[in-house]
Amino acid sequence: MVASIVSTGLAIGCIYALIGITYNVMFSASRVFSFTAGTLGMLGGVLGSLFIARLGMPVAVGFLLALAGGVLLGIVTEIVAVRPVLKSLDQHLYVLSTLALALMVQQFTAIEWGTEARPFPRLFDIARGGFDQQFWLPMLACAGVIVGLELLYRHTLIGRAFLAIAEDTYAARALGLPERSLRMASYALAGAIGALAGFAGGEMLLAFFGNGPMLTFYGFVPVALGGMGNNRGAVVAGLLLGLFQQTANFLVGGIFASVAVFTVFIIVLLARPEGLAGAAVQRRV
Amino acid sequence: MDTPMIQVRPSRADALGATSTFGVALPFLVLLVVGIAFPLFGGGYWGVIATRACVYWVLVSGLNLVVGFAGQIAIGWVALLTLGAYTTSVLVAGNVTPELSPYLALAIAAVFGAIFGLIVGLPALRLRTFYFAITTLGFATIVTQVALAWQSVTGGGVGVAGPIFPRPFDSQWGFYYFCFGLAAICTWMTANIAASRFGRALTAIRDAEVAAEACGISKPALLGAVFLFSGAVAAVAGGLFASLQSYITPDAFTLDLSVLFFIAILIGGRSSILGPLLGTILLTVLPEFAAPLVAWSTFLYAVLLLVIVLAMPGGIAELLDFKNRRPLESGRAIVPRPELLTRLLAAPAEAGALTLEQVALAFGGVHAIDGLDLEIRSGQIHGLIGPNGSGKTTTLNVISGYYAQQSGTVRLNGTALPVLERHRRAHMRIARTFQTPRIVGSASVLQNVMIGGTIDGQGTFVESLLSLPRHRRDEAMLRDTAMLALAAVGLERLASVRADRLQHSELRFTEIARALMLRPAFLLLDEPAAGLSAEEIGRLGALVVAIARAGTGVLLVEHHADLIFDICHHVTVLNLGKNLAAGTPAEIRSHREVVNAYLGG
Repeated sequence: MVASIVSTGLAIGCIYALIGITYNVMFSASRVFSFTAGTLGMLGGVLGSLFIARLGMPVAVGFLLALAGGVLLGIVTEIVAVRPVLKSLDQHLYVLSTLALALMVQQFTAIEWGTEARPFPRLFDIARGGFDQQFWLPMLACAGVIVGLELLYRHTLIGRAFLAIAEDTYAARALGLPERSLRMASYALAGAIGALAGFAGGEMLLAFFGNGPMLTFYGFVPVALGGMGNNRGAVVAGLLLGLFQQTANFLVGGIFASVAVFTVFIIVLLARPEGLAGAAVQRRV
Repeated sequence: MDTPMIQVRPSRADALGATSTFGVALPFLVLLVVGIAFPLFGGGYWGVIATRACVYWVLVSGLNLVVGFAGQIAIGWVALLTLGAYTTSVLVAGNVTPELSPYLALAIAAVFGAIFGLIVGLPALRLRTFYFAITTLGFATIVTQVALAWQSVTGGGVGVAGPIFPRPFDSQWGFYYFCFGLAAICTWMTANIAASRFGRALTAIRDAEVAAEACGISKPALLGAVFLFSGAVAAVAGGLFASLQSYITPDAFTLDLSVLFFIAILIGGRSSILGPLLGTILLTVLPEFAAPLVAWSTFLYAVLLLVIVLAMPGGIAELLDFKNRRPLESGRAIVPRPELLTRLLAAPAEAGALTLEQVALAFGGVHAIDGLDLEIRSGQIHGLIGPNGSGKTTTLNVISGYYAQQSGTVRLNGTALPVLERHRRAHMRIARTFQTPRIVGSASVLQNVMIGGTIDGQGTFVESLLSLPRHRRDEAMLRDTAMLALAAVGLERLASVRADRLQHSELRFTEIARALMLRPAFLLLDEPAAGLSAEEIGRLGALVVAIARAGTGVLLVEHHADLIFDICHHVTVLNLGKNLAAGTPAEIRSHREVVNAYLGG
């Protein structure tokens, strides 16, 4: 029983962490949180199921096409919902524009794909064991993304440019960095990560249009608790969230597990609005 | 005093474009008549649509105060509709209690709704925009999950029958009139709030939070009241919704509904009652004209949301705001009438002093102010000058409670001021202006100035909601005082103009008028002359002199040395957070170090 709670909890936690990283990658490039983060996860599952199970493509091709779908949505988010409202960031219009885009994608999926949850194909043809692929795939994806992002940010020029933009947009622009292209690249990257989360977690979450708002919420919890833009914080908080949710599920049952998660989220945020790690005070006058 | 009595009632402003009370009420009266007469020409199915529009508006009217006025992005308000629907239905069905009367059940639902409205809303006090939006989204997700899983009470996925209201509200049109009546009452109540000091304070929290604090507006108390009200009417709407649907399941309460409510407000426009009302009617009726598109309706709503946000953030209200499209006269001058100040600041503040003793504050390693002594006396103008970064504005922010000093004390007439707690400064009659004017752009100049007097109202939120006598007295008093303050600073001709159409210099004088609404014992002016023409600076100087003569102590932070030397009784020169020199203007002008470091020459 404990093993099942731990493996399910960690796997779900990895999916939440990946969505959290999706939020962070977009946030670093633009100071904007986007409601499309959870939608990307939903899309990864639906596209994977569409390409592999319904259209019968090879797993590798389906995987790449699902990621491509995420990249596309990431770029569209940047162009349609983020860029036009960046100049008046203080009005928080991005909350509404990204919400609108997320709803459009979700509704389109509901109509074209259907409103019931459909199964996600098994990616590797191996027998179900105790520690099944549905558990280790999300963990593998999460570890891969973390290592990949570390390598990108520390060891490549474009990665350092991302960091420069995240640190100080104006200074980066003054240095001649192509801010707009870098932002678009960040959104494309975030799109791929979000779709990967949904694809790797497809077997657990199924290919279901309603996963969007659920992932948007549970994926934001690690961001809020781990600190904005802090990927390591997001992973730790995501894993804790997954474990906590599964434990509560086991102890008090489905209804009150989500109530418990929500309550803890609110209490922690009220106590530490800046997240458990880090604090920023802004000059307001 | 041989000043001619000036017209303080805003009738002169009306001539310049304000709409009369009747003009404001006319669209509502038309809707009222149409609503009452509706059964005469509407068919059976249209009755359902009309009832639904009324039910939605009951919710949207309350949500409008949260979203349109207070600017809190509460996207999950459908949760309160769900809560109200289930509470009413379950209590009437008798699943947990003996069967209750539908009216009693509706009242209990309203209480539940108010409590949960407060719980969902409270995080808004501490969390930033997106966090709050996500919190409400999370709450909506969870309420639906609970409704689905708590089968013994809610019937789970099977659902529960909605309440049926007794005669005469059991027929289709009877129920319609019941909902219509509640919708009309909600319109009236929220319009009362919108036109009250509470409505103005909400827009101040939304657009100029720092200024709201300086005016003594308590955000927790105000938002708390709004969330209670909004939650209660949302739950009542839920009860009506359940009755209209006659059977409810968790599927009926998707996020799509929340989005519909939200878009109705945004289409309508912020700080408007009529706009969101029209928006609600439009969005309820629209899908009926496009039957093949029903499946796509949420998609289209989302497209609409995106289009509104990107293309017309002002909404219907701005489209209908004809008077603010007329050009303002150009070359208008600000002509203050300082002689009016004696009436405005009638009660002379008893002489006292605002003193700083060895106040120090460092940001990291930078000593912004470093052991500063300062005394501002009633009826005197104290100039604070110094190069950029010498700690002038920081000093002002410590006095008005935006920064906490690390050592030293600020005293008002001998009593130490509490550190931070900026909204309490207004109650101590300490007013201030800002380096960059903090104004509610979408409100009129008059409304902006009235915000300054918020704490002088006597009536409660409930009294304003019901437009009781004390509310009407408050409004008349605030309006008269604000017109007087505007006349004193020379802006009364612009009283009814949207503040965002004003020139920079006019905004500076508007801020002074707003600060005067507090009848301040001490007034802190943060670079009031910046961006003003030489002529305007002269008039500003005369105005400040008159303010001091009326008994107010003034702290003037400025770069214009001429203005400082002309009007100040006492000048302190700061350099690197320390007192470089202090004395009369004549002493400072000849102070060698000051001349070398700052004045030049």
